[in-house]
Amino acid sequence: MTGPAAVTPPPGRDDAGDPDGSALAPGPAPRDDAGAGLAISSTGLTKRFRSGQVAVDGVDLAVPVGSVYGFLGPNGSGKTTSIRMLLGLLRPTAGSHRLLGEPMPDRAAQVLPRVGALVEGPAFHPYLSGVDNLRRTDAADRTVDPATARDRIDRALDRVGLASAAGKRYRHYSLGMRQRLGLAATLLRPRDLLVLDEPTNGLDPQGTREVRSLLLELAAAGTTVVLSTHLLSEVQQVCSHVGVMHRGRLVAQGPLDELGARSAARAAVVSPRPDDAAAVLTRLGLAGIRHDGDAVTASLGDVEPEAVVAALVHAGVPVRGFRVLTADLEEMFVELTGQGFDVSA
Amino acid sequence: MSAPEATVRAGVSTRFLRSELWLVYGRRRNWVGALVLASVPVILAVAVRLSSSGAQGGPGFLDLITSNGLFVALAALTLELPLFLPVAVATIAGDAVAGEANLGTLRYLIVTPVDRTRLLAVKFAAMVVFTISATVLVAGVGVLLGLALFGGGPLPTLSGTTLSFAEGLGRLALICGYISLCLVALGAIGLFVSTLTEQPIGATITVLVLTLASQIMDAIPQLSAIHEYLPTHYWLAFGDLLRDPIATEGLRPGILSALAYVAVFTTAAWARLTTRDISS
Repeated sequence: MTGPAAVTPPPGRDDAGDPDGSALAPGPAPRDDAGAGLAISSTGLTKRFRSGQVAVDGVDLAVPVGSVYGFLGPNGSGKTTSIRMLLGLLRPTAGSHRLLGEPMPDRAAQVLPRVGALVEGPAFHPYLSGVDNLRRTDAADRTVDPATARDRIDRALDRVGLASAAGKRYRHYSLGMRQRLGLAATLLRPRDLLVLDEPTNGLDPQGTREVRSLLLELAAAGTTVVLSTHLLSEVQQVCSHVGVMHRGRLVAQGPLDELGARSAARAAVVSPRPDDAAAVLTRLGLAGIRHDGDAVTASLGDVEPEAVVAALVHAGVPVRGFRVLTADLEEMFVELTGQGFDVSA
Repeated sequence: MSAPEATVRAGVSTRFLRSELWLVYGRRRNWVGALVLASVPVILAVAVRLSSSGAQGGPGFLDLITSNGLFVALAALTLELPLFLPVAVATIAGDAVAGEANLGTLRYLIVTPVDRTRLLAVKFAAMVVFTISATVLVAGVGVLLGLALFGGGPLPTLSGTTLSFAEGLGRLALICGYISLCLVALGAIGLFVSTLTEQPIGATITVLVLTLASQIMDAIPQLSAIHEYLPTHYWLAFGDLLRDPIATEGLRPGILSALAYVAVFTTAAWARLTTRDISS
């Protein structure tokens, strides 16, 4: 099974956004009334660059409040462009979106302070120390109390494990330390939403674990986290929801376990006579038969596993082992995009 | 759980501007630049002091230095106005937006969020403060060293009269103000160029090329029709402030020209920055 079943394109996606941005306005955007439960909602978000390339094409995101949302896709599939539009860095060619229920970009000044973001890697002044860089970031935020800056900066550095390197110049930081500083900048004030683009990039395994537990801690406290990543294992460990981008389109979106269920489970038979086993599976109508030594696997489709076992025994095929494999995320991903993590053509 | 209401704190906050000034004045590169600016009056004063014959001719005010220490400041400003001061201003102005874009910090400022108009206002204000401080640095070092080596006293004017020492200092302050205004006009051009690119060096060089091209065209009599529109055309009109009474035929258009350049290019920079996609 493939296809964007979880996503229903709304009508009127070519309208250049919701002009008055009012939640009360009757209109084609079906999510506006449901926006209450969503930390991010977008309708027909589209970005066509001046070169004519359509980087993002009619994306309807729905990130539930309180979820940890894995934003997946091959390089060049439009993830970063989408994130930049969501945060108001890029102007959408068409479509509209809300952050924390507020229309963007009209309410950017009110809503963005509640959003922490790490976009395309950290960026700081190289000749300033880590703590001075955070001081600079904090000074730019007009919604925080300057009197508490020192405390908040120290606490943020401590949370990401940078307290001991706080006085070191940013230019001397390793990639992992830079990532941590970028995360610290998002923790300078309480946030309702974190949008993190590849937050564990450049971290060693220990650092990756630390960041992962930090994210889970934040999520447990009620912060919605959007995590764009290449690491499927990371998604499986921390995400409750996923959205998969492919060639500028959102090809699937929903709770992780539901998406997993929609993906075909496979039966695996271990037998000394794999060819005979394969013949039985074929007769039952199972597709995608693959041989792997004395094991044979095939997509179960609608066939019940017990019916497969019965048929094998009935046909006199010796069965040494039988297992049902639920599709893992990577398989689902390949199924949805028709490719692995290669660059989108 | 919800983060506390994100309300902008009441009152005018200078925190971001102070942070910006701290970035400008805390940077080692800018200290080296300041050292270069300050070295000209030093070299000038020491060279004149050491040459026993006294200054014979030389560019503006040089021959007057031995008569009054204030002329060290005036000579240094005259010498630095064509290139050194423009380099300093172009460096800061070119870096303003392009530097942040180049580092990637621009996207983080925008999502903080810093309103784009406010960002430009703070960048412009920091550039103005820097320009004034650079001019005052040159004049200040010149005055201090000049007084130490040649003494003060009444200041002879270009009209042949003399002004009291205090009045002379006042005139020097006015000259610093006028030169700063001229350089701020250049800085406004730099700020606009800085919003067009992600390469701060490119923006700086563009402004310097414009400055030099303007001076070259100003020196070609056949181009006199456009002279009054050149950004550097009225720069040397600060000499009017050394007349008694102050002449205004060069100053007035000079001030208007500088204000016009500031208005046009800050508006252009605003139009550009507030509409552009931040893709850096």
